[in-house]
Amino acid sequence: MLRNRLPQLALIALLLFLFAFPTLLPDPFLLRTMILILLWSVLGLAWNVIGGYAGQVSFGHAIFFGLGAYTSTLLLNTWGISPWIGMIAGAIVAIVIAVVIGWPSFRLAGHYFAIATIAAGEIFAVLFRNLKWAGGAVGLYLPIVRGDRLVDFQFNESKANYYYIILVMLIGAGLVTYVIERSRMGYYLKAIREDPDAARSLGINVTRYKLYAMVISAGMAAMAGTFYAQFVLYVSPNTVFALALSIQMALVAILGGTGTLAGPIIGAAVLIPMAEYTRVYLAGRAGGLHLVVYGLLIILISIYQPGGLMALLRGWRQRRAQRTRARQAAVTATVKGGAGDGTV
Amino acid sequence: MSVETTLLAQTLVSGLLIGFVFALISVGLTLIFGVMDIVNFAHGEHLMLAMYFTYWLYTLWGVDPLFSVPIVALLLFVIGVLTYRLVIRHVLDAPMLAQIFVTFGLMVFLRNLAQLMWTEDFRRIGDTLVSGRLEVMGVFIGTPQLIASVGAALTTGALYWFLKNTRTGWALEATAENKEVAGLMGIDPEKMFALAWGLALASVGVAGALLATFNPIFPEVGAVFVLVAYVAVALGGFGSVTGAFIAGIIIGVVQTMGGFLWEPRFKTILVYGIYLGVVFIRPQGLFGRR
Repeated sequence: MLRNRLPQLALIALLLFLFAFPTLLPDPFLLRTMILILLWSVLGLAWNVIGGYAGQVSFGHAIFFGLGAYTSTLLLNTWGISPWIGMIAGAIVAIVIAVVIGWPSFRLAGHYFAIATIAAGEIFAVLFRNLKWAGGAVGLYLPIVRGDRLVDFQFNESKANYYYIILVMLIGAGLVTYVIERSRMGYYLKAIREDPDAARSLGINVTRYKLYAMVISAGMAAMAGTFYAQFVLYVSPNTVFALALSIQMALVAILGGTGTLAGPIIGAAVLIPMAEYTRVYLAGRAGGLHLVVYGLLIILISIYQPGGLMALLRGWRQRRAQRTRARQAAVTATVKGGAGDGTV
Repeated sequence: MSVETTLLAQTLVSGLLIGFVFALISVGLTLIFGVMDIVNFAHGEHLMLAMYFTYWLYTLWGVDPLFSVPIVALLLFVIGVLTYRLVIRHVLDAPMLAQIFVTFGLMVFLRNLAQLMWTEDFRRIGDTLVSGRLEVMGVFIGTPQLIASVGAALTTGALYWFLKNTRTGWALEATAENKEVAGLMGIDPEKMFALAWGLALASVGVAGALLATFNPIFPEVGAVFVLVAYVAVALGGFGSVTGAFIAGIIIGVVQTMGGFLWEPRFKTILVYGIYLGVVFIRPQGLFGRR
């Protein structure tokens, strides 16, 4: 009985640990790293909906992240609108753009789609670099609001508040993914990924479901964008519309395992600490070292483990289960065969 | 000629000249795509490597870029074959996702490695055999640009001749058409794939060495050119060498004219706009087979 409940118990224990984390280990660097891991888990899950489940590789997801960050920031700076409302507004803007980009792009398969997303991403980066009312290439600073009130979405005294917010966001993103995976839509998306023509012949409206996936994905990425803007209190085209962001979103999902719920979270948990530590300890000497390692990682994963760490884990569990079964069979055989002389 | 027409002619000529270089870069990209349905996302980084090789040959041993052309082409040919053997070969039967990521990873790797080893600094090759400029009817033509464009046109021509007139070229085209049937005819697809990578990167090597005479060299230089190459490959029809060549020239002209008539800083948007327009309206491109 207990054995079947093990995953649930592990999940509850993990959640308890995550909620207690800032109190247990009140170290600023550790807290910051944890916040980034959670943020990138959300972004990886967002990318995963379209890139993993639906198999449409996007290298332009920074568009939605950036739109989320810019929308809430502009609303706050111009009219003093709460970033919480800005977060919803950002998601809506991103969803509209996702439809505009997605609808025509979905006729493109594989490489064509990937290039189109790079193109769209670059267009947005150039556009925002040249939009004067959006701060141009310099970007925008957010006003400092003292008092650490939840409604302001800004915490200068206790950064742990950011941690709890992004943790709740991650749980939300996880639930959305869980629901998709269990629903008809999840099966449709996987069918589309494996063979779009076969999916269409079975009566699945391929474009519509890809669009649903894109919209959900864009909305999630945009909300994470607003969080990021409130967390670092500065947005600029080079930080929120960068190709490097789009790459990293895809990478956390690929590293962990695309098309799975736990994959992007595992990917972020492995990749982000690595990136943060190399950034901190090799700063100045080797600014881009972690990116070099990223590149190598992507190549190696694509060649040896296209399923990511999840596939590795699954394979390991399967082998263990096989070994256990083999051992049990051996024991049963010995018991049966050796029953006469009383030794096992 | 009035000032406006001279300026216009000047822009047109500059566009044409750079267009030939774009064409050569695009031909390499489309060759790989045509033969094995893989997009080399690291194509721009291979160009960047070629430019750095030219730079180091010039700076360390005083080799003029003009003489570096064959050396760099050969180096890049070897890199191409190695890339195929060490990396690409392993994902031939892998899912599409892995195929996209593998060259993308190569791009991230090479670009950041260059940043790490050679820093972000812009490097330039100063005085070369081709420095200077000509004046034809009030239109100034930089000699480096002229030589680059002539060199690019000749290389593309040679590649085209090779594909259409030699047995190996035919074998390459046959593999592109149908790898299984080509295999039955005694053509080793493995060899052809390696050759396609070698030739594609050698083309980029020539383009890089020629570009290095007038274009600044920095780790992200490839991004600028490869974007154009994607667009040219799409516009010309994925896999079509003739298409990529003509599309490269068209884009060179459109981009330069757009920068002249509109805002120069928006010319990237213009080029991407062409890509999106092409793939949405006519996905098979101008000369596509589909």
